[in-house]
Amino acid sequence: MKEKKEQRTIIQSESINVYYDDKHVLKNVNLDIKEKTVTALIGPSGCGKSTYLRLINRMNDYIPEFHFSGTIVVNGKNIYDDSVEVEELRKDIGMVFQKPNPFPKSIYDNVAYGLKIQGIKNKTVLDEAVESSLKQAALWDEVKDNLKAGGLSLSGGQQQRLCIARALAVQPTILLMDEPTSALDPISSAKIEELIFELKKQYTIIIVTHNMQQATRVSDNTAFFYIGDLIEYGKTDELFMNPIHEQTKKYITGRFG
Amino acid sequence: MKRSVRNKIYDKVFEIIGYTATFFGLIILLYFITDIVYEGWNRIDYDFLTSYTSRKAEKSGIFPAWVGSVWILALTLIISVPIGIASGIYFEEYAKKNKITYMLEVNIANLAGVPSIIYGLLGLEIFGRMFGFGSSILTGSLTLALLILPIIIVSTREALKAVPQSLRDASFALGASKWQTIWLQILPSSMGGVLTGTILALSRAVGETAPLIVIGALAYVPFIPSSPMDEFTVLPMQIFEWTSRPQHEFLINAAAAIIVLLCITFLMNGIAIYLRNKWQKKNQW
Ligand SMILES: Nc1ncnc2c1ncn2[C@@H]1O[C@H](COP(=O)(O)OP(=O)(O)OP(=O)(O)O)[C@@H](O)[C@H]1O
Ligand SMILES: [Mg+2]
Repeated sequence: MKEKKEQRTIIQSESINVYYDDKHVLKNVNLDIKEKTVTALIGPSGCGKSTYLRLINRMNDYIPEFHFSGTIVVNGKNIYDDSVEVEELRKDIGMVFQKPNPFPKSIYDNVAYGLKIQGIKNKTVLDEAVESSLKQAALWDEVKDNLKAGGLSLSGGQQQRLCIARALAVQPTILLMDEPTSALDPISSAKIEELIFELKKQYTIIIVTHNMQQATRVSDNTAFFYIGDLIEYGKTDELFMNPIHEQTKKYITGRFG
Repeated sequence: MKRSVRNKIYDKVFEIIGYTATFFGLIILLYFITDIVYEGWNRIDYDFLTSYTSRKAEKSGIFPAWVGSVWILALTLIISVPIGIASGIYFEEYAKKNKITYMLEVNIANLAGVPSIIYGLLGLEIFGRMFGFGSSILTGSLTLALLILPIIIVSTREALKAVPQSLRDASFALGASKWQTIWLQILPSSMGGVLTGTILALSRAVGETAPLIVIGALAYVPFIPSSPMDEFTVLPMQIFEWTSRPQHEFLINAAAAIIVLLCITFLMNGIAIYLRNKWQKKNQW
């Protein structure tokens, strides 16, 4: 891996504890993420990967049982500070979900949605954003003649790229991906992985995955969670080659999880 | 006996019971409709639709009745739909899940089961007497609006509930506010269900008689109501009045009026089904 110039820390998480009512789901997690890297979150089901991911764009706020303590600083701002507007925060932090979830609208409207809700109505601005986002998501060539078609008429893999394009259109700096390929076939998955590789030049990406090969292929750093604890965090190559902790070793070699 | 054989017999028996039950209902309905159409069909003509009631059955018509029904329907719609849909949205999307909300929810569900005549008494007391609206169209519409509000609220909530969480997530994750998400994603996606429930509720309102009798709607209306404060009659009242007459000619009138009323209800239900199918096709997740 070629060494980039000293990368800035873009996300700092300190002493994070999350409870769903009485259930302690993240236990004193500290995790710093560098700008323009891909970080993979791995660990057995239910260990808190999604919960951590959704902390960063505050999507857990909608869960009534959710309780949080600690600080998460993104781009120098404590995002759980009272003065933070979640809508603004989320314009800076895009999210792609496990199951492709395009809106029941046209491809064009899907991509333009994030801008339209910001009050942008200028047709040329929207057109350009739609085109460049679809290009970045490597979907443009497949849909450029048919932007009026429904987003739901696309294949699963195309839908997921549409969702990525939709997230990119609002020009975030961070992209959160929660098992973005788990509902896709191998070829579509490979396309998304390639895409992640491209997008990394411009965005900071955090990806949850259950696929160890995928983690090694796409990520620079890997964080291994186990029942709410961040067990090990480091360079992906090192973590997979020489895991320090026994649990990590067991998990990545497939002996439990 | 082997279990698979026994299961097959159970299947068959249940199927037969199911068919019989369905057919029983259908046949009775068909019998009524045929009987009424047979009695009343020839009575329906232009004069019947444009005449006032008269002491002579052959000269009587349903002009004030159907105009009254349209008035009532329109006004009930204007009053109940915005409030009903707004409450449905409030309960489903905004209300905190606490005891008060729970109490309100249970009571709304209960209200849907209260006999309509009770609503009539309530309407008479509050709108007719307290507010002084008398036996006007306004009193009638407000009363019927109360009657169907629970249905609209409950069906709106069901429709909103059916919108998958993933759609909300997608919208929120792009920086949409709650209001934008509801307005731009959730409502359009659930509109089919919301409208279906609303129209079915309204078609119930068109057929109601008891609460209107209680608030003092007239049976004999020699004029066409021109404002919400006017007194009125509606089709079901007219039908009720005619069926209580001894002469057979009035029964024929009643049958004819029933056909008109049925047409209105079927039309409304047809629109509801059409809307549901149309919106369902558009929103397949
Ligand atoms: N809304 C909720 N209410 C209560 N408990 C929850 C809720 N959401 C998640 N949990 C619990 O929190 C724990 C962590 O869940 P989370 O979804 O973060 O796990 P995960 O690592 O993403 O798992 P998976 O790999 O299966 O997606 C689990 O034990 C889960 O049961
Ligand atoms: Mg998860």
